[in-house]
Amino acid sequence: MAPEASRSLAARCGALLRTSTFQLTLFYTGLFSLSAALLAMFFYWSTIGLLVRETDATLKAEITGLAEQYIEHGLERLVQVIVHRIRNDQSGAMIYLFATRDNQPLAGNLLEWPRIEADVDGWVEFTHHRADGRDVPARARVYLLGDGLHLLVGRNIEQLRQLKQVFNRALLLGVGVIFVLATGGGLLMSNRMLKRVGAMTAATGDIIAGQLDRRLEIRGVGDEFDELASRVNIMLDRLQALLATVRHVSDNIAHDLRTPLTRLRNRIELAAREAPEALRDELEASVEDADQLLATFAALLRIARIESGSYDAEVEVLDLGTLINDANELYLGVAQDKQLSLQAEVHGQPLVRGDRNLLFQALTNLLDNAIKHSPAGAVVKVDVRTAGPDVVVEVRDAGPGIPLEERERVTQRFTRLDQSRSLPGSGLGLSLVKAVAELHKGSLGFSDNAPGLCASLRLPAA
Amino acid sequence: MHLLVVEDDRDTREFIRNGLVQAGHSVDTAANGRDGLFAATTQQFDLVVLDRMLPEVDGLTVLRTLRASGSRVPVLLLSALGEVDQRVAGLRAGADDYLVKPFAFSELEARIEALSRRTAPEGPTTVLKVGDLELDLMTRGVKRGETAIELQPREFRLLEYLMRHAGQVVTRTMLLEHVWDYHFDPQTNVIDVHVSRLRAKIDKGFEPPLLHTVRGAGYRLAIESGGDGA
Repeated sequence: MAPEASRSLAARCGALLRTSTFQLTLFYTGLFSLSAALLAMFFYWSTIGLLVRETDATLKAEITGLAEQYIEHGLERLVQVIVHRIRNDQSGAMIYLFATRDNQPLAGNLLEWPRIEADVDGWVEFTHHRADGRDVPARARVYLLGDGLHLLVGRNIEQLRQLKQVFNRALLLGVGVIFVLATGGGLLMSNRMLKRVGAMTAATGDIIAGQLDRRLEIRGVGDEFDELASRVNIMLDRLQALLATVRHVSDNIAHDLRTPLTRLRNRIELAAREAPEALRDELEASVEDADQLLATFAALLRIARIESGSYDAEVEVLDLGTLINDANELYLGVAQDKQLSLQAEVHGQPLVRGDRNLLFQALTNLLDNAIKHSPAGAVVKVDVRTAGPDVVVEVRDAGPGIPLEERERVTQRFTRLDQSRSLPGSGLGLSLVKAVAELHKGSLGFSDNAPGLCASLRLPAA
Repeated sequence: MHLLVVEDDRDTREFIRNGLVQAGHSVDTAANGRDGLFAATTQQFDLVVLDRMLPEVDGLTVLRTLRASGSRVPVLLLSALGEVDQRVAGLRAGADDYLVKPFAFSELEARIEALSRRTAPEGPTTVLKVGDLELDLMTRGVKRGETAIELQPREFRLLEYLMRHAGQVVTRTMLLEHVWDYHFDPQTNVIDVHVSRLRAKIDKGFEPPLLHTVRGAGYRLAIESGGDGA
């Protein structure tokens, strides 16, 4: 596997393990395993445990009985009883041994005293070599009778052992199956959840990035995700409709006010020509104010036209380097008046397909912005190059920059950050650049120039 | 000048007429395309101001018919339609200039003046003169009196345009279109900076000043200030 693929797989697994579903599954797996273990313990205690306890009780009673025989009737009697018992034991499971101090057997069906020491309670487990040649596990109790004589009463516990083994195997298998099923199920569920939530996260990401017409996917299965997605979509529809209304209203205001405002402006202009000297200055200043307003309206309407796709752009193959040099030449004087150094670097011949006047407008807006926000003595750098499928224009200034959280906002109409409120401008410059970029299937981005701002206009190369 | 204004909106038509009469022109008007075309083909005008959207006969059709009949009268097309992108269609139909409504009256006036000058036979002029300012198109040299003036290429084009329209008001938009050859709206008055740099070169230390600012309109290169408050 390629390292990249394995990395992405690892990342995917990591994401899977971090999902709340998986963690919940893990928790339930643990809880379920614990209850299964408790159940198994109870089951063990009430079956095998019972058998063990019964065996022990039988052995205890037997050895006590035999010891009493010895104490009351002596050695001879005990040997008789043991022989009798062995003869009458139909199961053949009982084991007896009565031995002297140096382990010489006096009676019993055990050939020799087990080599294993008994525990403090007098219990011993050992392998019994039977007369028929089979080796079986045995559990026995030993008892010291005095005079160095000792007695062992035991039982073949082969069946008990087998039962235990069956039980353990079943328990192990059960726990294994529970674990595999629960983990697998958890992973499966988490993966499904992750996919749906992931799709939602991606879609909302696109919406945040400005694709306001993007919607969440509805699978049509009617689950809670579909419900959530449809709610979010309705919310987005409303939001978009509201935004469109606001935009529409502002565009309409601009459109409808332009004509009367122009008429007003023209009346004042003509009146100024006839007006006495004292009044003329005021009237002419009013004309200039009106022109400012009209320019703002014109910019607003141009953005609206570009965004709505009704701008009939004249597309041709252009050398962006030429446009940048022209824009630089145009703004050189303004920059010098502010004691700024304006530097343009054109790498190669960056060709794009686009509308010459619109692109020039976009470039001058970026330059204008950079010059406006740079302190005296700073350098404004313009750089254009072809980078892969794109032509990238970067305009770097040494101004206050734009905080990360404001970068999305500055391309919205009439956005003026607090720091630039004192500067002239309509708050439409960057909106227009963005609209022009998008009309050309490009984009406008911002990054930190530390200090200052780097605005990058990215356009598909011709 | 004798002008024809073809415009269907009464307010706009009257406003243009009054403004132009006040500026000293004689003005005929027509309220629709048919009357406009009739007037333009039967009478002699120095210039026609033609609205693009007209009842009866559309403005572009009037223009094409006029050009097809061999008339070379300068036509200034007015339009509420769009901006730069709509310009080209108008110019291709035979318009000499194009102005988007609503427009500043000074812009209309300046363009009318510029167009009327265009029809004057220019001849093989190689030296433009305004007062003691001389611009030689062949040697690309500029002199004020006996003093040679060094100009950047763009300043030379700017001065050439101003001198070709000497005595007329030239708007900032006209300068952008003809000297820089871009149709756009600068956010800052970059043109003012270029003009003041040019003024520093041709007027500083000389009398009388030639390059005047016309408030609310643009600039004028002329020997006399003409009371424009420069």
